[in-house]
This record gives sequence, C-alpha cells and structure tokens, in this order.
Amino acid sequence: MTTRIVELRRGILKKNDELAAGLRNRFTSAGVLVLNLVSSPGTGKTAFLERTLRELRARGSQVAALVGDLETDNDARRLAASGAPVRQINTHGICHLDAEMVARHLEGWEGVSLGDLKLLFIENVGNLVCPSSYDLGERIRVALLSVTEGEDKPLKYPGLFNSADAAVITKVDLAGPCGFDRDLALKNINEIRPGIRIFETSAKTGVGMDAWLAYLTQEAGI
Amino acid sequence: MHELSIASSIVEAVTESAAAYPGARVKEVRLRVGALASVVEDSLQFCWELATEDSPLAGSALVIHMLPVVVHCEPCELDSPLDGVQSFRCPRCGEIAADLRQGRELEIESIELENPEQSLGDPATNEPEKAEEQA
Repeated sequence: MTTRIVELRRGILKKNDELAAGLRNRFTSAGVLVLNLVSSPGTGKTAFLERTLRELRARGSQVAALVGDLETDNDARRLAASGAPVRQINTHGICHLDAEMVARHLEGWEGVSLGDLKLLFIENVGNLVCPSSYDLGERIRVALLSVTEGEDKPLKYPGLFNSADAAVITKVDLAGPCGFDRDLALKNINEIRPGIRIFETSAKTGVGMDAWLAYLTQEAGI
Repeated sequence: MHELSIASSIVEAVTESAAAYPGARVKEVRLRVGALASVVEDSLQFCWELATEDSPLAGSALVIHMLPVVVHCEPCELDSPLDGVQSFRCPRCGEIAADLRQGRELEIESIELENPEQSLGDPATNEPEKAEEQA
C-alpha cells in the first residue's frame, strides 16, 4: 500500500478569514468604524453599549449595532431604546459570531446603509474563548472585563486579551464592595497585551465614559 | 466549545483538497496550532471522531502539533519561544515584548493519503495533455 504526504499549509478558518477581509474592505470604503465587543456573559457589554449608543447619538453621530446571542432578542430591544438601529443575531447554540453571520445580517437591514454610518458595534456572544478565533472584519476588537470577575481574567483567557486592541473595565462603581485590586488588574492586562489602551468605566454612573467616547470619535474621525 | 466548529472546518477543507486524489483514503491530518489559538487539544481530538463520522475522513487520525508563542525582542534582536502564555516578556532581558512572531497559528500543515496513485495531479493520468503538447 502506498502512502503520500500532501503539504497543504492552509488556514483552518480560511473561509471565515476571507469573508472577514471582504467585510473589512466594505467597511473601510463606506467610512464606518467597526468594533467587535467581546467578554464573558454578565460583564455588562449590553449596558455599556446602551450608554455608548445613547451618548454618541446625543452628539449627533450615526451609529448602529449588531448583537449576538444564542437565543432571544432581549438585548436588541434594550439597545434599540437608544434610538439607534439595532439588529439581533441569534446563533442558536453556536458560541461565537462569525463573518458569515455578520454579512448575512447586514443584508436587508431596514433603514441602515453602511455609507451613512460612522460607527457600527458588534456585540459578540458572551464568551471569552471562541470569539478570539473568528475575525468579523472589525477594525477594533474590544475585550471587556468587570470588577466583579476578578483581576486574573486576562491571565486565564490570554488568547482573547492578547488579540484585543482595547480593553474596557466595567462596573467600576462596584470596585470598592468587590475589593477589586485595580493595580493588579491593569498589570495583568498589560502582561498579556503590553501597551493596550485601557478604559475604566461605569455605565451606571457614567464614570470613564468621556475618555471612551473621545477615543471612539477620534478613531472614527468625527 | 468551538472545537466542533473547528473540526468541521478541517473536514471541509481536507475533503476539498483530497478531492484531487480520487480513490485515496485520508489516513492522517496534521495541524499546527499556536498556544494562543484558543483550541484545546483534547477537546479537538474528541470532536474529530464526531466530525468525521460518515464522511470520507472517517477513521483518519488527527495529529496536533502545538506551537509555543515566539516573541521578538527589539533590544536583544532575538526571537524567543515563551514557556507559557501568562506574560509576554523577552526570556533573555525580561523586558516587555509585544511583537508576536508565532502563537496564533490554526492551520492544516499536511495530510497523509493512502493509495494516492490515482491522483489527478499525478503525471501518469495527464497523458492526454502530454499527447496534445506533442502534437
């Protein structure tokens, strides 16, 4: 019996990567800044995004959001209260968003034209592992962690934190009661992703939102 | 738990590539997986059986070659592998080294085929083309 070894040298997620590259080109030509928000379930992505959308709209920016969950459109309804166009992506059991899901939900999105948008947020499924492998065509990947989760989250999930372009610490209004060690958290994030921009925020009190919004408007060129 | 999605993507890609060798059986699939690729080796092995069941790859072995993170240190002008993924510092000078040269790989390196002699890419099967060239 003969055998033969065939070199392939092919990316396992090549199809996703190609689709994501196409999306990135589309976003760039349309002049829209796209962000992919990733965290564990319960970090407060939706509350943080609600406030972000509301404040950006108050400043007159054209913003929209895609939100991923396994089931329900609860988050889309919450986010839509900001007045921004929001579309829910239900993955029905899949633990991450992929480029094909994003592409499919951009089609036929009533009242939304990419060319009119300045910022598009993609809220990923709550998961700190799988979304790190799937490029969605975003320009900025944001890793979020809350003060209630523990300072060592970046060390436990280095794959995701190392792939992020910005980090957001949420719920800082609860830092005291949780005994959150701020210096240790910042040190851990920097060990995993040296030099990353870090924002310390509370969607509830509004602390730290100004710096975050200034970053967004600067990156979006508005 | 996205290993099943990953396993299915591998099955799809390998089936596509192996189609150039009709009649051949895929005996082994070899992967290169970086330490930061967020893939758990055992979990992927477990999913492999499920993903290949009732496919042309049923019964094939999956060989996973895990790769350490390699960082480049500017001052030392040196690429060094890291022991883990808890700290991104040059092992020689201890300075922060954010420039990754390896560690995110998620690729199919090669496949081993049994009875590949009927390959479409095999010169023996390309006789008509040769005949044309000669004519």
